[in-house]
Amino acid sequence: MKKVFSRPKSLKKTPFHYCPGCGHSLLHRIIGEVIDEMNLQERIIGIPPAGCAVLAYFYFDIDMGEASHGRGAALATGMKRALPDRVVFTYQGDGDIAAIGIAETIHAAARGENFSTIFVNNGVYGMTGGQMAPTTILGQHTTTSPGGRKERRDGFPINLSEMLAVAKGSSYIERTAVNSPANILKTKKAIAKAFRVQLEGYGFSLVEVLSPCPTNWKMESVEACKWIDEVMAVHFPLGVLKDITGDKKDAH
Amino acid sequence: MIEIDLELCKDCKLCISVCPHRLIESSDKMNQKGYYPAIFTEKHLKKEGRKCTGCSLCAIACPEIAIEVYRA
Amino acid sequence: MPKVLMRGNHVVAEAAVRAGCRFYFGYPITPQNEIPEYMSERLSNLEGGVFIQAESEVASIHMVIGASMAGGRAMTSSSGPGISLKQEGISFLSALELPAVIVNMSRGGPGLGNIAPSQSDYFQATRGGGHGDYRTIVLAPNSCQELANLAYEAFDLADKYRIPVIILGDGMLGQMMEPVELPPEVQIKKLPHKDWTLTGAKGRPSRFIRSLILDPIEEEEHNWKLMRKYERIIKEEVRWETSFADDAKLMVVAFGIAARIAKGAIKRMRDEGLKVGLIRPISLWPFPYKAIKELTKKVRHFFVFEMNMGQMLEDVKLALEGNGEVHFYGRPGGIILTPLEISRVISSYYYQKRLG
Repeated sequence: MKKVFSRPKSLKKTPFHYCPGCGHSLLHRIIGEVIDEMNLQERIIGIPPAGCAVLAYFYFDIDMGEASHGRGAALATGMKRALPDRVVFTYQGDGDIAAIGIAETIHAAARGENFSTIFVNNGVYGMTGGQMAPTTILGQHTTTSPGGRKERRDGFPINLSEMLAVAKGSSYIERTAVNSPANILKTKKAIAKAFRVQLEGYGFSLVEVLSPCPTNWKMESVEACKWIDEVMAVHFPLGVLKDITGDKKDAH
Repeated sequence: MIEIDLELCKDCKLCISVCPHRLIESSDKMNQKGYYPAIFTEKHLKKEGRKCTGCSLCAIACPEIAIEVYRA
Repeated sequence: MPKVLMRGNHVVAEAAVRAGCRFYFGYPITPQNEIPEYMSERLSNLEGGVFIQAESEVASIHMVIGASMAGGRAMTSSSGPGISLKQEGISFLSALELPAVIVNMSRGGPGLGNIAPSQSDYFQATRGGGHGDYRTIVLAPNSCQELANLAYEAFDLADKYRIPVIILGDGMLGQMMEPVELPPEVQIKKLPHKDWTLTGAKGRPSRFIRSLILDPIEEEEHNWKLMRKYERIIKEEVRWETSFADDAKLMVVAFGIAARIAKGAIKRMRDEGLKVGLIRPISLWPFPYKAIKELTKKVRHFFVFEMNMGQMLEDVKLALEGNGEVHFYGRPGGIILTPLEISRVISSYYYQKRLG
């Protein structure tokens, strides 16, 4: 009997503190697998967000540097310009990247800064208890959108990946999800591609990952995964939004 | 065949929902964290009797990396 | 050594580059626009030089954080409103124990204020404008030469103590042109190695740099650790200058450009026989409390002159511990007195106190 699935080496053995069914746990494992397979452990630096994943450095066995809320793209800019031959990535939630950090994100993409961003989109502010986020969809209930997000009172959600695809400096933007094994594998391929795009110097890359937050959505994990397919992905369609590399296949 | 670390499992039931042969179910014994973890129903069967193909869908779906998969 | 005639803003940029600064991230704001303009040219023509005009002062301080984490000598500059935007970043730099240099060419405030020089950012600089218990070294030059010397030294201090260093200048210093002897170029490869940077975990265990410490016991200890560092700095890095102090009956206390103006005034008054001296703090943090208190052995009267509504005044009062009398004269909003004008105010006070 051969072991065909085990914990990635670039993850520490610490059990995750994330809620049952949380997308962060899946993404940490996926990124760990990519780092292992692409042999990046010694040359990668990650920048965690302010959010549930603020403690990501307790899980990834790689160099990591804390950013204040939303400023990951600015830190990554300074860091990548200082260390152009390392792989630098930010790992940011929807509030971090599309609310407080949106200026830094758009400008980093516009400047074509050569780092990769993993954008974890769960439609709420998880760590602080489930408030409305820039990606909360109309009708979605959160603690600051009582009765569901309303057009007049709360405005519309933001499709950040579409906006970043317009920026001339961005090279590869894809939206995936982690709500099924098939989508998990697609996410892994996308993240590997983002790192490869960075290694080849194409410019800003981003993978937006639709991620379940069962606790704040007040759903069971399996139900949350269904909700991503049936509701969330309608507003945030999966697929490649931009790819200037001309690749036919997207495997690493 | 798979091995589930009962102490890592948080009973999200995603593995249960993806197994094509329905070989995982919730235990009725709580783990240290207070969850009823998922258990592999073929754990005590011999290799010949198992339906598990080692497809790994459960391990891929598991957020806690609680599942290791073995294949013949 | 030959001197060059140079504008203050250019001096601080050139001195920084010679000190090994290869990363400048800034944003336009008057009266310091010449700093990013100069850096854009200078760093683009230098191997390993990185210049970015960021999208905001917030973004630029965070780019400094990123470059500093990677081990580089990084700098940003701004004026009052922009420095306000940087406060979270400065608190983070302090908590993360990262070296960085931040230049503030102060202008009239508060709010949008104006673009004339003032000294109203003293509190912002020394009382930690950001959140939490932290200190930054604050240096206050009063000439273009001092801008060069202090900017150059700031990078060594920042690296030595792993602390942000603020150069508190003002619009006048930034715009004036004076002959300056520029410091020699540092050899970056010869700078001391930093064993804490984030460079990819090659040949060593991975490390992380963070300031979130959820356990109160650990967070308390982190604060004490920072405090012990600050105690060391207080012991080693206080700077000040006294002039005409030996027989002074009245000591003027002033910093930066105000001290320059006051010195001119004191020369006039000395010519007329008034026994006035000057003590000029150069490090605003750590503040020369002891040096000022020492003066009370011989002097009873202190005249604080600042281009603000009374900020360093509070540190002077703290220093005196109730000894002596303090008079304050301040002009905010960008009003620049001439030495003659301030000498009239000081003389008038001198005679009023019957010191002559």
